[in-house]
Amino acid sequence: MIVATGKSILNGIAIGKIKIYKAPERTIDSGTAADPSAEAARYEAAVEKAIEQQNELYEKALVSAGEESAAIFETHALMLEDDDLNDSVKEIILGQKKTAEYAVKEGYDNMAEMFRSMDDPYFQARSADIIDLQNTVLDILMGTDSASMQGTEPSILVAEDFAPSETVKLDKSLLLGMITIEGSSNSHTAILARSMNLPTLIQCKEVSDSWDGQMAILDGYNHCVYIDPTKELLEALGKKREEDIKKEALLQDLKGKTNTTIDGKTIRVYANIGGPQDIGAVNQNDAEGVGLFRSEFVYLNSKEAPTEEEQFQAYKLAVESLAPRQVVIRTCDIGADKTIDYMNLDKEENPALGFRAIRICLTRKDFFKTQLRALLRASAYGNLGIMFPMIISVREVVEAKAILEECRRELEAEGKQIGKLELGIMLDTTAAVLCSDELGEEVDFFSLGTNDLTQYTCAIDRQNAKLEPFSDTHHPAVLRSIQMTIEAGHRHGCWVGICGELGADLSLTETFLRMGVDELSVNPKAVLPLRKQIRSIDLSK
Amino acid sequence: MKEFKYTITDPVGIHARPAGILVKEVKKYASAFTIISPEGKEANLTKLLAVMGLGIKQGQEVTIRIEGEDEEAAAEAIEKFFKENF
Repeated sequence: MIVATGKSILNGIAIGKIKIYKAPERTIDSGTAADPSAEAARYEAAVEKAIEQQNELYEKALVSAGEESAAIFETHALMLEDDDLNDSVKEIILGQKKTAEYAVKEGYDNMAEMFRSMDDPYFQARSADIIDLQNTVLDILMGTDSASMQGTEPSILVAEDFAPSETVKLDKSLLLGMITIEGSSNSHTAILARSMNLPTLIQCKEVSDSWDGQMAILDGYNHCVYIDPTKELLEALGKKREEDIKKEALLQDLKGKTNTTIDGKTIRVYANIGGPQDIGAVNQNDAEGVGLFRSEFVYLNSKEAPTEEEQFQAYKLAVESLAPRQVVIRTCDIGADKTIDYMNLDKEENPALGFRAIRICLTRKDFFKTQLRALLRASAYGNLGIMFPMIISVREVVEAKAILEECRRELEAEGKQIGKLELGIMLDTTAAVLCSDELGEEVDFFSLGTNDLTQYTCAIDRQNAKLEPFSDTHHPAVLRSIQMTIEAGHRHGCWVGICGELGADLSLTETFLRMGVDELSVNPKAVLPLRKQIRSIDLSK
Repeated sequence: MKEFKYTITDPVGIHARPAGILVKEVKKYASAFTIISPEGKEANLTKLLAVMGLGIKQGQEVTIRIEGEDEEAAAEAIEKFFKENF
C-alpha cells in the first residue's frame, strides 16, 4: 500500500481504480511495411471505427447540446468517408509500401495543408478538422484512442491538471474522483469537483504512472489517497462512504421546502451552471432558479465562434426548461485563465488584469451583439436575467446597455419576439464596489462574484497555489465590500446576490443574512446543504 | 444532362456543415453531379473535401451539372437545397 498526500477540495470518499489521464505520445517511423495490403486493411478498419465514434459523438451531442452543435460530428464522419482522402492514404501504403500510421500522417497532413493554403480564413481553419480526424484515426491504429484517456469503466482520474475545455468533455458518469499534481482550490478542477460533489485531491506531488489501473481510496477527509489499500482500510472507508450517501439522502428531504430562517426571513437560493447540460442538476437539487449561467462554456465548447443560432438554442433550452424560474446568464467572460484559439487574443503579462470579459465585448461590438441578440431572443421563452462581468465604471454599463438597445431595435424590426428581462452586473472588482451607488441607478440587480472580488481586493492570484498561505477567503476587506454593495444596491432598488464560491460557505450564511443578502447562488450540490443551514438560523437572537 | 447556376448568398460560402448534408443528399441519386467554380475548377459533388477545396465564397456563382437516369428529380431537389442552404 502507498499513501500519497495533497490538498482535498471537499470531504468525501471515492473508491475505485486509478486511471492516468494523459495524452498519448505518438512516434511514427517511416520504415517500409512488410505487408502493404494488410496495412491498407488496417487503415480501412480504423476509418470505419473512427466514423462509428463520430456517430456516437453526434448522438451524445444531440442529446446534450442540440442539432446545431452536433452537426460537426456528422460532417466529420462524412470527411472520413471522403474518397480523395482515403485514396491518397491507400496510395501511400500500397505505392510506397508504408505502414498505415505513416500514411495517415502524410495523407491527412497533405489534406490539412491544402486547406491551410486557401485564402479564406474559414477554409484555412478547416485544417484543424482534418488534424483532429488524423489524431482520431492514429489513436485507433495505435490502440491509444483519446476516449480511453478516461477509460470505459468508472475510475479516479489522475492528471497534471484539467483545462477548462477538458473538464467539459469528461464523461461525468464515469468519474469517481480526481487527483491532480497542480491546481489550486480555485482552479477549474476544483470548481468542477465542488459542482459535482466529487472527492478531489490537488497538489498531489507524489503521483506516479505506476498507479495506473490500481485500486485506490481517495480520502477527502484526510487529504490523502491510498494506492492498493489493505482490506481493513477498504472496509472502514467503504462504511464511511455509505454513511455519506445516507446523509445525502437526508438532504433530499429538504426538497420543496422554503429557504426560511427560524424567525421567518426568506431568501432565494439559486444554482450556478456551466451550460444546458446542468439543467438536470438544477432540478435534482431543487434550486429556485439559476443565478449564474457561465456563458463562456458555450464558447469553449466549439472550435469557432458560436453563431447567434447556436447560442440562442443553448440559452433558450435553459430559459424555457426552467421557466417560470429565473435564469441569469452572464455575458462572455473569456480572457484571463480562459482563452480560446479562435478569439486570437494576444499573450498578456497580466491576463487577470487584461483584455477580458466586458472589455473584449465592448471592443468587438459585433461579437458582443451576436450574444446579446441570442439572449434577447431567448428572453421570449421564460424569465431571463442578463449580467455583465468585470464592470469597473458606469460608462461601461451605459455603453453595454446602448448596444443591448440597438440589438432590441434590430430584432423588433425583424419581427422577433422579445420577453421581459432583468439587467444586472457582476460585482467582481473593487472599483465596482466603490461605485455601487452610481451603478445601482443603471441596473436591476447586483451579483457579487466573490472569487474575482477576493483576488482583486487582496491582490492574490487565485490560480497560484503558492499564495494559499496568504489567502484568507474571509478577509475583512471582502466582507466589508459585500456589506457596502448590499446596502448601496438596496438604496437604489436593486436586489443583491452572491454567486461566488463564498455564497456556499455555510460558516458565513448567517453573516450574509444579517447583511441583508437577497439571493445566494451556489453550485447545484450546495443548494440543499445551504437550505438546511438557513432553516437552522435564528436572526432574532 | 441538366444544369443550373446559383449565386451563393451564405456569408461563409459553401461551408462544412451544409456541404456535408449536401453530399449526403446527392448520394441518394444515381446521377453524377459536378460543381464548377467561377474559375472553371470542377469537383464531384459526392466528395466533401473536394467541394470544400473549391473555397466557394459568398457572391460567387457556381454551375451544377447533373447527368444520369434520375437527373430531372435530382436537379430539382438539389437546386432547392442550394436555395435553402447557401
